[in-house]
Amino acid sequence: MNPMNYLYLSAVLFTIGALGVLLRRNAIVVFMSVELMLNASNLAFVSFADIHGNLDGQVMAFFVMVVAAAEVVVGLAIIMIIFRTRRSASVDEANLLKY
Amino acid sequence: MNTLLTAVTTDATTTTASTGEAIVFWVCAAVAVVGALGMLLSRKAVHSALFIAGTMISLAVLYVSLDAPFLGMTQIVVYTGAVMMLFLFVLMVVGVDSSDSLVETLRGQRAASVLLGLGFAGLLIAGVGAAVVDVPVGLDAANSEYGGNVEGIAALIFGRYVLAFEATSALLIAAALGAMVLAHRERSERRPSQRELSEQRVRDGAPQNLPGPGVYARHNALGTPALLPDGTPTDRSVPEPLRGVSAVVGVDHEDTERVNALARGEAVGPADEEGSS
Amino acid sequence: MSPFSGAVASVAEPSSAVSEASGVFGLTWLLIALPLLGAAVLLLGGRRTNPWGHWLGVLMAAGSFAVAVVLFAGMLGLGEEERSIRQFLFDWVFVGTFEAPVALRLDQLSMTFVLLITGVGTLIHIYSVGYMSHDPDRRRFFGYLNLFVASMLLLVLADNYLLLYVGWEGVGLASYLLIGFWYYKSSAAVAAKKAFVVNRVGDVGLSLAIMLMFVTFGSVTFEGVLDNAAAASDSSLTWIGLALLLGAAGKSAQFPLQSWLLDAMEGPTPVSALIHAATMVTAGVYLIVRSADIFNLSETARTAVIVIGGITLVMGAIIGSAKDDIKKALAGSTMSQIGYMILAAGLGTVGYVFAIFHLVMHGFFKADMFLGAGSVMHGMNDQVNMRRFGLLRTVMVTTWITFGIGWLAILGVPPFSGFFSKDKIIEAAFSVNAVAGWVTLLGAGITAFYMTRLFAMTFHGKKRWTDDVHPHESPWIMMGPVAVLALLSAVAGLALGPTGLFERWLEPVTGFTEPTPPVAPAVISIAALVLVLIGAGIAWVTYARNPVPEVAPAGNLLTRAARADLYGDAVNEAVFMRPGQYLTRWLVWFDNRVVDGAVNGTAATIGGLSGRLRRLQTGFTRSYALSMLGGAALVAAVLVLVRL
Repeated sequence: MNPMNYLYLSAVLFTIGALGVLLRRNAIVVFMSVELMLNASNLAFVSFADIHGNLDGQVMAFFVMVVAAAEVVVGLAIIMIIFRTRRSASVDEANLLKY
Repeated sequence: MNTLLTAVTTDATTTTASTGEAIVFWVCAAVAVVGALGMLLSRKAVHSALFIAGTMISLAVLYVSLDAPFLGMTQIVVYTGAVMMLFLFVLMVVGVDSSDSLVETLRGQRAASVLLGLGFAGLLIAGVGAAVVDVPVGLDAANSEYGGNVEGIAALIFGRYVLAFEATSALLIAAALGAMVLAHRERSERRPSQRELSEQRVRDGAPQNLPGPGVYARHNALGTPALLPDGTPTDRSVPEPLRGVSAVVGVDHEDTERVNALARGEAVGPADEEGSS
Repeated sequence: MSPFSGAVASVAEPSSAVSEASGVFGLTWLLIALPLLGAAVLLLGGRRTNPWGHWLGVLMAAGSFAVAVVLFAGMLGLGEEERSIRQFLFDWVFVGTFEAPVALRLDQLSMTFVLLITGVGTLIHIYSVGYMSHDPDRRRFFGYLNLFVASMLLLVLADNYLLLYVGWEGVGLASYLLIGFWYYKSSAAVAAKKAFVVNRVGDVGLSLAIMLMFVTFGSVTFEGVLDNAAAASDSSLTWIGLALLLGAAGKSAQFPLQSWLLDAMEGPTPVSALIHAATMVTAGVYLIVRSADIFNLSETARTAVIVIGGITLVMGAIIGSAKDDIKKALAGSTMSQIGYMILAAGLGTVGYVFAIFHLVMHGFFKADMFLGAGSVMHGMNDQVNMRRFGLLRTVMVTTWITFGIGWLAILGVPPFSGFFSKDKIIEAAFSVNAVAGWVTLLGAGITAFYMTRLFAMTFHGKKRWTDDVHPHESPWIMMGPVAVLALLSAVAGLALGPTGLFERWLEPVTGFTEPTPPVAPAVISIAALVLVLIGAGIAWVTYARNPVPEVAPAGNLLTRAARADLYGDAVNEAVFMRPGQYLTRWLVWFDNRVVDGAVNGTAATIGGLSGRLRRLQTGFTRSYALSMLGGAALVAAVLVLVRL
């Protein structure tokens, strides 16, 4: 089994996540896409740990998970507030900060 | 093809072990990609959430197969357990039924995104393919050093990375506090007393309590407006979150007439069953 | 050798021993302070001072005159060598080696001027009380007059050139204010501006001279400059002399800066008498005589002074012969007479005394005649056109007599004052250079012509009055001062000239050399008298015996040119104004198109670019994310390419 495949999978998942951020307008789905990108990078970390034979990569993935959890908590709270005030969860409608 | 080639050329000791691993990988990889694409393409946010939950579970399996059982478990507990539930919870508040329009409003956004995304993926794959060696070192040695994967990670977290670990604990507390602060609604004025409330009601010309939702209703109790004594339905009886999103069932005027008749004390026949369904 | 060299062959070394003021001379500062106080009270006091303001003005001028008389008496009591007195008041500019204290110098020269200014000034103040009695702004007028007297006294009393410059500018300001006194008349406002602007040109000359003095001598005090003049190089002295001459030409309306004086007649007549005839315009003569030590050493500068004086002498006389406006004719005469003084000052030690002597005499008779002209205007509803006068001797007897004395004085008829001063100048001119002598001699003839023309057109011939005028004699408060001036015009020359009093009085300051004309002085006097008789006779026949047309005839070429001030304004317009206007227009165009174009163009370009660039900030998060992905792709591409 070639370890490269994990990395390829990671790249594909990351790209799909990025496309999700770029194409979806629902803030919650955009957030999910971000999570998918984080997961893809975690997969790459774990694969590197396997490739290089030490556990540091796994520890990195662990920290990423912790940070992602914190981010989800705060991010979803923000989405809630935006929804509460604007009655919409579309990222395109929160566009007042511009030229 | 590249994968097949390397599978053939790897030495015999790893071949047996990697056959099972390869099966797991291909299955999980397919599930993960399908889940990701499903998340990307489904119109309803709830569907997206369910798709990505599948992706995360398959990633957990992949972690385990990559000699990272601790991370696999954590992935399931943290992501599918906590994070995805949080997502679904928020989705329930925001509105389960809401679905995105698929029409792109930003000019050129879709084409540019796809183009850039594919280009980026191509570059990543090309870069990875050019950089990484074919044969992995494997984690057997590293895992066995402290007697297992969990112990090995523990030694690192509480050893070399202890400072970062403490920092993440601070981060989590800050995040929890932040979420509370953000979700908390500050009351801008004094809460009115009971006396003031009743005086307000008298001033508004509606001294009695509003009817509870579903009074005289024959349908989904929570979403159906109550009827006022004159027979008109009042939207105010429906809980606020349901007013916009829940379909308000129109008033069946035949029923109203019957109710009014009952109120006048006239004799009324049994309800017509097919009109209510 | 220059033909002008003879006069300085024996330079009498002027006394330079200056003593500090003591005793009665401690009052010198009062000369300036009194009229300055008057000006301050009148100009700052507002309407409250209206009822008594003019009397305060007269009182301050008279007080200053009284102090001057006291000082004069005190000075007569001193020996000839002790009469130069310096009063130090306070430090003013005191930077390194540059020292310009506020200090006054009272010597015979400045004493002469002080007496003339305060004396004639007081008389004209008194006259103005009557002349301006109907003017609602009489108080302001007296405020300006007092300001003028203070500035003029500062000019002649200053002990250094910088302080002199302050007075110089002060009289310029007062002149501007007084010419434009009736500022609501556009002609008066324009004339005031013109006088101011032309004077600036002259002032540049004076300031250049002061700067050159500091460069050359390291000092601007009279002591520092004049006592060391011999040590400076010829070229420095020449340039200083020429710059001083430019300053003098501006203030004294000499060629080529003469154009403002004729227009200055827009001011009230007492102003024309005091400032533009008797005192201020003679400041240039004072400047040259005061700087005698410099001009003594620079032949070129002296020659330039003589040439300028001679040109102006003839120009003014020609202009005066053609003007029908009585005040402008007198103004032309003033130019011409100051030309005499400047020419005399350019003659060197042989001429300084006579320049000042003529200046004083001219101050008397010209003020007399200007005030007489004012009296005529007063009686003729402010008309100035002499072609509508005629036969006024019957109704304005006092004016006629006093004016007549002034007329005889300026003609140089003995024993009136002009005879003694002008003849001496002609003698001195002949003793230095024949051309200068003939110019002055010829000038005497033309003077006789235009003054007789003026006198005859105004007081003799036939009535040519417009229907609405009722000529009458002016009140005593006006005619009193005129009578005093007429008396002075009649006897002052005889008292001071032939007796040699004036020469002895001024000699310690200016030096003096007896003129040595090539022929006997009597011959020159007789020649001058003959010329005067011829000129006066022609004028009398033309303008008194024969009828004078009420509308000016076309006249010959010279007359037309003289009526146009010999095209002085036209030349100025063609040479300075038009090119200046074209230059400014071009500069405006250049500024608008090129400078502003470049600046605005740059700004517009950047602004336009920014306007487009900021459209990138759409507010859409997803657009930003796209840019980020683009950046990430770029970084990845670079990494891949570098690794390959």
